[in-house]
Amino acid sequence: MVRRLPRKDVVIVGLGWTGSIVAYELARLGLDVVALERGPWRDTASDFNIGTAPDELRYAVRHDIFLRPKQETLTMRNHPSQTALPIRKWGSFLPGNGVGGAGLHWNGQTWRFLPDDFRIRSHMIERYGAGIMPEGNQIQDWPVSYDELEPHYDRFEQVAGISGKAGNIKGTIQPGGNPFEGARAREYPTPPMKQGYAQSLFTKAATGMGLHPFPRPSGNISSAYTNPYGCSMAPCTYCGFCEWFGCANYSKSSPQTCVLPALVREPTFEARTDCEVTKVNLSADGKMATGVTYIDAAGEECEQPGDLVLVCAFSLFNVRLLLLSGIGKPYDPATGEGVVGRNYAYQTGSGASAFFEDAKFNPFAAAGSLGVALDDYNSDNFDHGPHGFVGGASITSAHTNGRPIRYHPVPPGTPAWGSAWKKAVKDTYQRVTYVGAQGSVMSYRNNYLDLDPTYKDPLGRPLMRMTFDYQPNEQKMANWMAERCQEIAKAMGAKTTQLNRLRVPWSVVPYQTTHNTGGAVMGSDPNTSVLNRYLQSWDVSNVFVMGASAFPQNAGYNPTGTVGALTYWSLEAIFKYLKSPGALVSR
Amino acid sequence: MGPTDRSREAKALRRGAGSGSSRRAFLLATAALLVTGKGVSARVVTKVLPWRPNEAYPVTPVVPGGYLFFTANEAAVVEAFAERLIPADELGPGARQAGVTTFIDRQLTGPYGGHDWLYMEGPFAQNPLPTQGLQSELTPRQQYRNGIAALEAYCKSSFSRSFTELDAGEQDKLIAGLEKGEVQLPNFSGKMLFTAIHTNTVEGFFADPIYGGNRDMVGWKLVGFPGTRYDFRDVIDRPNQAYTLPPVSMQGRPAWGER
Repeated sequence: MVRRLPRKDVVIVGLGWTGSIVAYELARLGLDVVALERGPWRDTASDFNIGTAPDELRYAVRHDIFLRPKQETLTMRNHPSQTALPIRKWGSFLPGNGVGGAGLHWNGQTWRFLPDDFRIRSHMIERYGAGIMPEGNQIQDWPVSYDELEPHYDRFEQVAGISGKAGNIKGTIQPGGNPFEGARAREYPTPPMKQGYAQSLFTKAATGMGLHPFPRPSGNISSAYTNPYGCSMAPCTYCGFCEWFGCANYSKSSPQTCVLPALVREPTFEARTDCEVTKVNLSADGKMATGVTYIDAAGEECEQPGDLVLVCAFSLFNVRLLLLSGIGKPYDPATGEGVVGRNYAYQTGSGASAFFEDAKFNPFAAAGSLGVALDDYNSDNFDHGPHGFVGGASITSAHTNGRPIRYHPVPPGTPAWGSAWKKAVKDTYQRVTYVGAQGSVMSYRNNYLDLDPTYKDPLGRPLMRMTFDYQPNEQKMANWMAERCQEIAKAMGAKTTQLNRLRVPWSVVPYQTTHNTGGAVMGSDPNTSVLNRYLQSWDVSNVFVMGASAFPQNAGYNPTGTVGALTYWSLEAIFKYLKSPGALVSR
Repeated sequence: MGPTDRSREAKALRRGAGSGSSRRAFLLATAALLVTGKGVSARVVTKVLPWRPNEAYPVTPVVPGGYLFFTANEAAVVEAFAERLIPADELGPGARQAGVTTFIDRQLTGPYGGHDWLYMEGPFAQNPLPTQGLQSELTPRQQYRNGIAALEAYCKSSFSRSFTELDAGEQDKLIAGLEKGEVQLPNFSGKMLFTAIHTNTVEGFFADPIYGGNRDMVGWKLVGFPGTRYDFRDVIDRPNQAYTLPPVSMQGRPAWGER
C-alpha cells in the first residue's frame, strides 16, 4: 500500500549541486521544501576524514561512493542497428550517488561557455555557410545568451569560491587571463592556484608559439574563503586526491562545502536520503505534476504530494525519470519526432604524451583543477574554414594526481608485465607529462537516449538505453586538436612524444569523462526541446529540470560552471513562477 | 543502498545509544525524524548537520596469515603467477614480497569477489561488441576458482607438472600465451584468467598496505609515490626537485611502530 505523506510546497529529486542550490534559495523564502536523495547522506567530517579519504583502491578502483550498477545502470550500443547491452561495471563515465551527487567527486574545473557557443548554429552558418554543418547533425542554438547568463555564472562562481584569473572584465582584456572569454562583471572570488613544473614549461612554450595560456578556473580553492551563504572553505593542499574522492580539507567546491551547512539550518527544509523517486505523478489530464512517488530503504512506497517538482538528478537520470513519468514525447530517431532523449552528447578527449629525458614532474603534487589551459582552438576562436569541422577544444597542461594503481604510465611498446614493465614504470613516473584537448561533441540524429526493451532495474523498471558514437566531425576535430597538442609538447622540450587520437568507436571502457549532456534539452521550439528557456517543461508547467541534460549539444569545456549558471537563471524564473504559476513561455 | 551503507547506518544507530550531548544531537539530526514505522527506512536530515566526531568509517585492516578464499594450491599458483608479472629484481621486491596473494585473497572474500555491486542480471550476450565492456556472468571468485583449475589441468597435461613447478622461462611463455589468447585452457578463457590476475596484482602492488598488499610500501617506493601525506604545497613551491621523504600509508609507516 502506498503511504501518502503531507503535501510540500517544493519536492526536489536529487541533492547534488543543483538540488541543494534550489533547495536553499526556495527554503529561505519560507517554502516547505523536501529533497529526496536515493543515496546516503555524506558529509566531509563524517565521510571524508584525512585518515580514510586518500584511499585509491576504495574510491577510484572499487567505486565505493558511486552509484552501484546493481541499483541502476544503462544499456549501450554505438548505433541503432545494434543490440544494446547493460553497462555492468562503470567505465567511460562514473555517476555519483548520495548527497552531493557528482559535485562531491568531481575535479572542480569550472568554466563559462563562450558567447559563440550559445548560438553556434547561427554563428557557424553566418560565418562559413550551411555547408560546414556535419551530416546528420541536430545542432541548435541555446535559447539563452551568454550575456543573459553572465550574472548567474558570477553567482555560481561566488558560491563555489572559484579560483582563477579573469581575462575580460567588462570588455577590457586582462593580462594573464583568458582573452577569449566572454566579458565578466568582476574577478574570480579567489586567486588562481599555484602551478607545477609542467605548467611552467607549457606556458613558456605556448606563449612562444603566439598562443594565450592562463591558469584554468578551479573549484579547488587557492586561499581561505567564505561564500555569500556564509560557508567557509580552506586552501587546497595539492594532495592529489580530488577526482573520485571526497575532499577532507574543505578545499573542493561541493554542495557539502558550499551549500549544505547553510541549507540544513533552514527550518522549512528537510532531506530524506535512501529514497529513490520512481515517478513524477501527473494530474488526470497530464498537464500538472501532483508530486512524486518514491521507495524508501525499507522498500515501502510513499507518495509525496507537492506543488512544484524540481528534477535535479544527474543528467542521464533526469532523462530516465521523464521517460518513466511520461513527461514529454519520447524521441524517435526513425521519424525524428519526439524530444525526450534527443540530442544526447558527450565530450572528446585527445592529446599528446610528452616524455622528457630527465624531469621531476612530481605528479602526486596535484589537484583536480590544477592546470594551465588555452582557448585559441576552442569554439570559433580560430578559422574553421580550412578544416571542415564544427567545434573546438580547450587545450590543457595538467596533473590531477599520481595515484599509482591507475597512474603508472609507460612508453609505447612497453610489455604489460615482467621486469621490463617494472623498469619502465619506475623510469617513466616522474618524466612524463601531457597536453590534452577536451573537445565539444555536437548533437546528431542517431545519438540519443530511450528505454531499453530488455533489461530492468531491481524495481522492474526498464533501464535507459544509450545509443552513441563519435561522428566523423568529432573525430576530425579531436585528431586535429591532438596534433596541436603534440606541437606544444615538442616545444616544451619533450624528448619523444606520443599522439593520443580520439578512441573510436566509443567504448564503455576505459574511463573517459562523466560529461554526459542532453536528452532533456532547453530550446525555443517545443518540437525540438523538452524545456523552455527557463528549464520549465513545455508540457507540465510545474516541473523544472536542472542540469546538463538541458544542453542542446556540448561545448569544449567541463559542464558544471554552465550547470550552475543555468540553475540560478532558472531560479530567477521560478521566483516569478511562484507569484504567477503557469507556463513562462507560451507554446 | 548497499550492504556497507546499511551496516554503517546500523552502526551509527548503535553508537547513538551512548549518553550525553552527542546522543541528543544525533537524535535531533536523524532518529527522531524517521518518517515510517518499520525499522530504518529513510534517514531524515533537517535543522542541523548530522555530524558526530570520529564517524568516518575506516576499512578493516587486513591481517596477513592464511587464506580465506584460496586453497593452499590455488594460493601457490597465484603467487607464482603474480611473481612473474611483477618479479623481484635489482629494482626491488616483487609481487610475492609485496603480499599480493594475501591482497587478492581478501579482495575475493569481499563485495568485489562476488561482483556484488555490479549489474549481474541476464540475459548475458554470447557475442557482445568489444565496446560493451564486461559481459561475463562469472564473478572474480568463479574466475579464480575455475581459471586456476583449468590452468593446472593444462599444465598437468602439457608438462606433467603444476604451474608452480615450471621454471621461470616456461611460466613466462605460458603467461604470454594466455595474455595473447593463444593458449587454450580446458573450458576456460586463458585471457580472462590472465586479465584477472594481472589486474589484481597491479592493484595489490600499489594499493594502500591496509589491504594486505604493497607491504612496506614497496610499490610506492618503486615509483616514488609519497602516499597519503595529503599536503604537497611544499612540493609545488619547488618545481622539478626530487621528493625525498619516505612514503606514508593510512596506517602510518614502519618508523612509527614498535621498535
